[in-house]
Amino acid sequence: MNLQPLLQPKTMAIVGVSINNDRHPANVIYTKNNLRLPVTVYPVNPRGGSLHGQRLFQKIADIPDKVDLAVIAVRADYCPDVLLDCIRSGVSGGAVISGGFAESGRKDLQERLVAIAREASFPFIGPNCLGIYTPGLMDTFFIPSERMVHPSSGGVAIVSQSGGVLVDQMVKFANEGVGLSLALSIGNKAVINEMEILQYLIHDPDTKVIAFYIEGFGKNEGRDFVIAAHKSPKPVIVLKSGKSDSGRRAVSSHTASLGGDYKVFSEVLRQYGIIEAKNELELLSFSESLCCYSQSIGKNIGIITGSGGHGALAVDICSMQGLATPRFSSRLQEEIRKNLSPSIQGIASVANPIDLTGSVIDDDFMNSAEILSRSTEIDCIVVLLLPYSPGITLDLSARLSQIRQNEGKPMIAYIPHIEKYRMLIEGFELNRIPAAPSIEGAILMAEALRRYQP
Amino acid sequence: MMNQEITRILSSAEKTGWVLEPEAKRLLKIAGLPVPNFLWAKTLEQASAFAERIGYPVTAKIVSPKAIHKSDINGVVVGTKDYASLKETHKRFQNLEEFSGILIEEIVSGLEMIIGAKTDYQFGPVILLGIGGTGVEIYQDTVLRMAPLMEKDVVSMIRGLKAHQLIEGYRGHPPVDIKALTRLLLDFSGLVMEISDNIESIDLNPVMCSSDNCIVADARIILRKKESKN
Repeated sequence: MNLQPLLQPKTMAIVGVSINNDRHPANVIYTKNNLRLPVTVYPVNPRGGSLHGQRLFQKIADIPDKVDLAVIAVRADYCPDVLLDCIRSGVSGGAVISGGFAESGRKDLQERLVAIAREASFPFIGPNCLGIYTPGLMDTFFIPSERMVHPSSGGVAIVSQSGGVLVDQMVKFANEGVGLSLALSIGNKAVINEMEILQYLIHDPDTKVIAFYIEGFGKNEGRDFVIAAHKSPKPVIVLKSGKSDSGRRAVSSHTASLGGDYKVFSEVLRQYGIIEAKNELELLSFSESLCCYSQSIGKNIGIITGSGGHGALAVDICSMQGLATPRFSSRLQEEIRKNLSPSIQGIASVANPIDLTGSVIDDDFMNSAEILSRSTEIDCIVVLLLPYSPGITLDLSARLSQIRQNEGKPMIAYIPHIEKYRMLIEGFELNRIPAAPSIEGAILMAEALRRYQP
Repeated sequence: MMNQEITRILSSAEKTGWVLEPEAKRLLKIAGLPVPNFLWAKTLEQASAFAERIGYPVTAKIVSPKAIHKSDINGVVVGTKDYASLKETHKRFQNLEEFSGILIEEIVSGLEMIIGAKTDYQFGPVILLGIGGTGVEIYQDTVLRMAPLMEKDVVSMIRGLKAHQLIEGYRGHPPVDIKALTRLLLDFSGLVMEISDNIESIDLNPVMCSSDNCIVADARIILRKKESKN
């Protein structure tokens, strides 16, 4: 199935637009695309008429243009007929936003949609979904623009079974400055499921990292998914909900009892090199990090900090994650110390973490980072940048990112994310250094690179 | 193509819902998995003759379609040392529900491991490896992989156990025969792929692993209920 016209349409028909209810999902979708996005939209309502001076088309066949995507937001019972109309009119694909199918006991109605679509090889997303958000191009989410947070365009594609979770993740990604290539809510995934989307995203040049929120796979669908994800040249991250096997039935074998659904899910993912995010923080941190660096690292982390306490906390988190913070060789320690500014030369500790103290100046961070970048003793540098120290300037983050450009060793930053330090944050993020708002987030970013095994 | 005899064993167990241990052992043996020398004796005489032949002490186990958890009803006697104790065990077993004979086998020893399989709804056949014995659910030290296994999966499975040092040799105990364990897991994986449509789960527990070999000391094959086949 060719999903290109469906996910990157030039023309869209919005079916179900109401003449008198501007809050109707179809109206919200029509309005936001019509006013603000480059995709061309045509409103459809079988009764015809006009909306805010625009003609409402009675059927898709009346639209004087080839329609790439039909967004269907009509009552569930009408959906099969609309689908048939789409197929007759040569539409390339659909997004069935409407609910009222398998999720509410109408499996029969959903099966009718599937049968119609399969016979005509007509791909559609949903039903019971928010549909497709492609930054800067189109948006089928029935949430008014002013209520949405819009992530910039970037390299992460996020695919979710739940629309609510997806919107919430988009807020978090936007807050962290992580750009998206696509946000997709697949709802009941009647025809297009994780597997089809994965195949599409593997070939999508805008996508660097593929992230999924999954509640569960259909029968045997997990098997095909992990095999396909294993072959993906791009990192695949999965956040799974439903980890506790509540209401586990009485089982008569130890294997069935010890191999609960989630344990199988988690271990099979690892077997096939898919990165499991255990929670939302991991999903965000892994996505941001792997979007900057599609590379695998060993477990040795070198930490540079302006505060001894932050260094100690970072070491603890590394050790909980199974990452190492090896003590530097005496030769390396000597070299680091020799290059420190005179005021901290006697008080800094250089064993790992390198604690540059509150009297640090930019050049101490720069020199230490450069030396660690060239050392084989560590695989990744974590910089804990506390902008409170008076010797730190707003140029430091952009300068540090140059070291990464020159030396090639992955660098990750922790910096408090408050407006006052925006320029330092952007000095990292705009120069492709992932920057976390918490120490834990920064260590998780390093962990992502260690787990990624291309 | 499934071996015809394996098909026969599985279909004749359909009514019970699981394969009686002697039949499960025969199935494993056909599939090339190492099991102890055993006999399903229907009478005390048969049992005694076989015990004499392989030499006391032997292990005696209840065979009954009602005894899926044999230990719970005291249905396993390891170290039956002579005819007198065999006779006594036989007498006791006869009074257990739906007594269908006595399984006599040679005693095997080693590190108790569990090797299992189940047909997972989302991923199909998966294989489990762990520290076994009757305390298996207390230790909860197990790893799972999707079948079929490759040799590198087996390496990472062993390494993934908390108690991997017990397998690799710990405090003067010689290491387990890793080659034998690997072969057993790979052969088992092959068998599981073949019969996964018919089974719900399999426990090989314990598998006795020593420095010379790995032998399946007990096996439970639970069949998939017909109505849930598709």
